[in-house]
Amino acid sequence: MGTEFVQLSLTPILIGILAAVACALPGNFLILRRQALIGDAISHVVLPGIVVAFLLTGVISAIPMLLGAAGAALVAVGLIEVVKRLGGIEPGAAMGAVFTSMFAAGVLLLEQTDTSSVHLDVEHALMGNLESLVWLQAEGWHSLLDPGMLATLPDELTRIATVCAFVVVLTVVFWRWLKISTFDEGFAQALGIPAAALGLGLVVTAAIAAVAAFDAVGSIIVIAMFICPPAAARLMTNRLERQVGWSVTFATLSAVLGYILAGYGPLWFGAQGAVSAAGMIAAVSGIILGLACLYGPHRARVGVARKEGA
Amino acid sequence: MSAIVGPNGAGKSTLLKAALGIIPRLSGEVHVFGETIRNARARIAYVPQSASVDWDFPTTVLDVVQMGLYRKVGLLGRLSGQARVQAHECLERVGLEDFANRQIGQLSGGQQQRVFLARALAQDADLFLLDEPFAGVDAATERAIIGVLKLLKDDGKTVVAVHHNLATVRDYFDHVFLINVRRIAEGPVETTFTTDNLHAAYGGRLAATHLTELAVIDGAR
Repeated sequence: MGTEFVQLSLTPILIGILAAVACALPGNFLILRRQALIGDAISHVVLPGIVVAFLLTGVISAIPMLLGAAGAALVAVGLIEVVKRLGGIEPGAAMGAVFTSMFAAGVLLLEQTDTSSVHLDVEHALMGNLESLVWLQAEGWHSLLDPGMLATLPDELTRIATVCAFVVVLTVVFWRWLKISTFDEGFAQALGIPAAALGLGLVVTAAIAAVAAFDAVGSIIVIAMFICPPAAARLMTNRLERQVGWSVTFATLSAVLGYILAGYGPLWFGAQGAVSAAGMIAAVSGIILGLACLYGPHRARVGVARKEGA
Repeated sequence: MSAIVGPNGAGKSTLLKAALGIIPRLSGEVHVFGETIRNARARIAYVPQSASVDWDFPTTVLDVVQMGLYRKVGLLGRLSGQARVQAHECLERVGLEDFANRQIGQLSGGQQQRVFLARALAQDADLFLLDEPFAGVDAATERAIIGVLKLLKDDGKTVVAVHHNLATVRDYFDHVFLINVRRIAEGPVETTFTTDNLHAAYGGRLAATHLTELAVIDGAR
């Protein structure tokens, strides 16, 4: 069991956990700022950016993809503004129109492109290729201690680990700013906290997490992880510190349970083969959110108390 | 203690926000205590309208008050035990010491307003800018808040509040700014808060009942 697990399952599970955590952390603040849709939008609009970056360079590598995604995000922000102004419609609708159109354009572009030489197609864009990110060179647990063997780990793991560490560090360093400005932006500005720049930084960080995660696990997980773990975590506690802790727990739990269920679930039900790990991870996070809605200790919102007082 | 008074849409809150740089200024410079606003931030405490934030936010009363200590602790500094004691004292001054560990959404409107006031007290400022501190609070809370503000005045602090209840201007404030988009009048309440100036600020929008009420107050003086 040991060797096979290290070869086939360890890296996908780790990548799943890191991707989930990298998205869930900024997701906490996006949700509290009522910007949950932005995570969703970002994960959609990066697709055409990534495809264009691939068309221009002919390879799938991190830097051009990140640049392409960033470019697409800028185009999207501009388009949203244009649709809002010219169409005279509310921001949420403008965002919805722009990001679905851009995602659709990305899918069309992808279909017209010869990507047979590399692993980039519509299915990959949606669900990633978590199952294929294996570590065949590994000879067992001891390979984790062998620098030579560690060098053969899939690139995706190093990349998502770097991004996840980056997100964690930013969250810790800017914690106080994020908390104050998310709660009360006017007060934060009166204190001299650059709240507008901080808000932009949060969205950029979310975009970086989305691109890195997208590469490894596809857009379904990204969308789910921005929203489900933080939303479920909010129902577990009334403290921001603990909420973030719960969201990391839920993200990890989704990744591990989702991966195992995808691999073995169908067998338990007597069916053949396995289902998409990314799809199952996202589904598990949705189930966790559902359970939190039903049984979470702080699901009763404060409307009642406020009505009494007003 | 000064009141900023004017009809809805006169730009009372906007004036405060522009002065603090929360919304961009079209022109002009702001000086506080002879310094630019940027350098004077540490001496200013701002109390936004309590309706401007999401009270469902996952945090406690004490936590919100400790946000007022931010200037002292900075981005990464740790809250010292002394700072915690200070935050508790500020809660005591507004009568909320028993609510320190409540989630902020579990408070009444008046209590929420007092939490904001306690946060401002924690800032230990010299100038207090309050945006509608009495909006949506009951009479008892209003008395409690005005009590705290008057103590600040006795301590030599400056208090400026956006205020909408014309009937209480004379009781609470020494100085008044009347604005309606542009400045109408400013000065000590006795000489500035007159029916003529109010007419100039409110025009036809001031309900007749209000004017009679004020005339009665005028007559009584």
